[in-house]
Amino acid sequence: MIALSSIINIALRALKANAMRSFLAILGIIIGVGAVVTMVAIGSGASEKISSQISSIGSNLILVLPGATTQSGIRMGTGTQQTLTMTDAEAISKECSAVIAVAPAITGTAQVVFGNQNWATGVIGTTPDMVIVREWELISGRFVNEQDVRSGTKVAVIGQTVAERLFGELDPIGKVIRIKKIPFEVIGVLDRKGQSLTGQDQDDIIYVPITTAQRTLFGQTLPGRVRMIYAKASSLESIPQATEQIKTLLRQRHRIGPNQEDDFTVMDLTQMLKAAEESTKTMSILLGAIASVSLIVGGIGIMNIMLVSVTERTREIGIRMAVGAKPKDIRMQFLIEAVFLTTIGGIFGLLLGIGTSFAVASLMDWPISISLFSALIAFGFSAFVGVFFGFYPAYKASTLNPIEALRYE
Amino acid sequence: MSIIRLEQVVKIYKFGEFELKVLDDITVSIEKGEFVCIMGPSGSGKSTFMNIIGCLDTPTSGKYFLDGVDVSTFNLDELAEIRNKKIGFVFQQFNLLPRATALENVELPLIYSGVPSKQRKDMALEVLSKVGLTERANHYPRQLSGGQQQRVAIARALVNNPPIMLADEPTGNLDSKSSMEIMEIFKKLNEERGLTTIIVTHEPDIAAFGKRQIRFLDGKIVCDSTVCTVEVNP
Ligand SMILES: Nc1ncnc2c1ncn2[C@@H]1O[C@H](COP(=O)(O)OP(=O)(O)O)[C@@H](O)[C@H]1O
Ligand SMILES: [Mg+2]
Repeated sequence: MIALSSIINIALRALKANAMRSFLAILGIIIGVGAVVTMVAIGSGASEKISSQISSIGSNLILVLPGATTQSGIRMGTGTQQTLTMTDAEAISKECSAVIAVAPAITGTAQVVFGNQNWATGVIGTTPDMVIVREWELISGRFVNEQDVRSGTKVAVIGQTVAERLFGELDPIGKVIRIKKIPFEVIGVLDRKGQSLTGQDQDDIIYVPITTAQRTLFGQTLPGRVRMIYAKASSLESIPQATEQIKTLLRQRHRIGPNQEDDFTVMDLTQMLKAAEESTKTMSILLGAIASVSLIVGGIGIMNIMLVSVTERTREIGIRMAVGAKPKDIRMQFLIEAVFLTTIGGIFGLLLGIGTSFAVASLMDWPISISLFSALIAFGFSAFVGVFFGFYPAYKASTLNPIEALRYE
Repeated sequence: MSIIRLEQVVKIYKFGEFELKVLDDITVSIEKGEFVCIMGPSGSGKSTFMNIIGCLDTPTSGKYFLDGVDVSTFNLDELAEIRNKKIGFVFQQFNLLPRATALENVELPLIYSGVPSKQRKDMALEVLSKVGLTERANHYPRQLSGGQQQRVAIARALVNNPPIMLADEPTGNLDSKSSMEIMEIFKKLNEERGLTTIIVTHEPDIAAFGKRQIRFLDGKIVCDSTVCTVEVNP
């Protein structure tokens, strides 16, 4: 049996002898692999981002907003009328069996001051269940409790961004901050959540008891009215049921007749994000598939070059056969040449793809994800392309008749 | 037992309906250590005969015994093995790899018999010294004269130490001085190693090196000096 190292050596020399041509043949593979790697990085980056957002908003989350929707979507003015009340939230919590937690919210923005630090942030008045609904952990202290809501205490739970801006390295627990000049005691610090779907910083937030928010911070809100209600369904499957229960209950409570439109909107965020996730997944598969076409075109280029090479080297093949090369030795030689070409192309294509991905990430501010897996796939696929498209030329070379090959001019 | 024995070997080339009988019922034996020269006009079937003996080609019908083994039934891999181990073939066109040095050309058969690289080099250098080309080991074929190229080809044919040396018009592309040098090498190898040698030639002074002459005409052996059935057609 002929040593593999000898075959590799022979293949390398042949490629070196036709350096320019080898390079051009490789170029197709470089572009193909580069395109696949880039497209997969872009596609999976997008879907990974959405997946992480799904878990960060809290799973099985349902939002109830004041104002009507039409079939085509949210109508202008949603949220401007104050049609939802605290008692609506309580009723949902009591009567909707598919809902396991409910948190009403009053929202606004406010200037917050600690010492000489000054920061404008979102302030949300809510109830204790908010942390359950949003699946949000505290890293220190505690969240707003029933007692706080009942007596309207001036306590605040702050997000990471607020903690960093106001306190830096200091421990915020027990410190007094001023929200709209009113002193609040910091009782808890929330864990980091990161960016929301719309790119907002979810950690730039302060939670206070809903009653306190109503009385002292956001006076423009009518008493007992809330800006939105967060509800958590018991499971992914029960979301449609929970949505239905909430709708029926609110129509009853708001005395909406059979032909009248809802004066509220129920949004299933999980479902929306799942749909978005699905479509980005589809998109990334599609992008990868389109890019694969260029890899196949590159493979055809390799095949073309190899066929030319076999024809050109007919005499060489004849000489090798005359001194004892078996058909499989010849086949192996050309196959290794082809695989070598595509593997080199795979390596450079991978580098090109990584480079392009990072360029896209920084120029277009797009999330990318390059996994070892996608790199291996690209690499393995290019070797496979070499075997697949190199096989026919190699086979053709191995079936040459030695006498005719020797006679070839 | 003859080292080479052909029995009723026929080679036919077909061109559509038309058949060309290039070898017509050849039966011949060649003994170990013989030095045979093959003569005959162009197109008489000498090269076809050599290619069959050299296992580069197979007969249409008939049997070919090499060392008593019928190789006419061998498959491609087995034939390659014989070409590698038992036959040294020298061609008129030298047939060296242009992008390989003299040394690498000589190493070529050893690659296909799986000899490790270091040992290959030593063996190749040794045969190159036998044909007087030690200094040219790292030269490429285009840097060598015709006679030198043919000597590289002889070294390549010898490197695996085969029992049979075949040469199809080895001096056809050489001047008469180089021709004589090449023939002296063949003669020496035959005498010193008992290498069975068969050489095709047009030239009578080359053919004179042979202890036996076989003459071809129209695919038939018309004269074989050992059996003395000289019946030259007019
Ligand atoms: N592969 C082939 N196909 C068709 N005809 C061939 C082939 N090889 C040889 N021939 C024919 O066979 C005849 C004998 O050829 P060859 O053995 O080369 O003769 P020589 O070596 O004596 O000149 C010639 O007529 C040649 O044209
Ligand atoms: Mg001839």
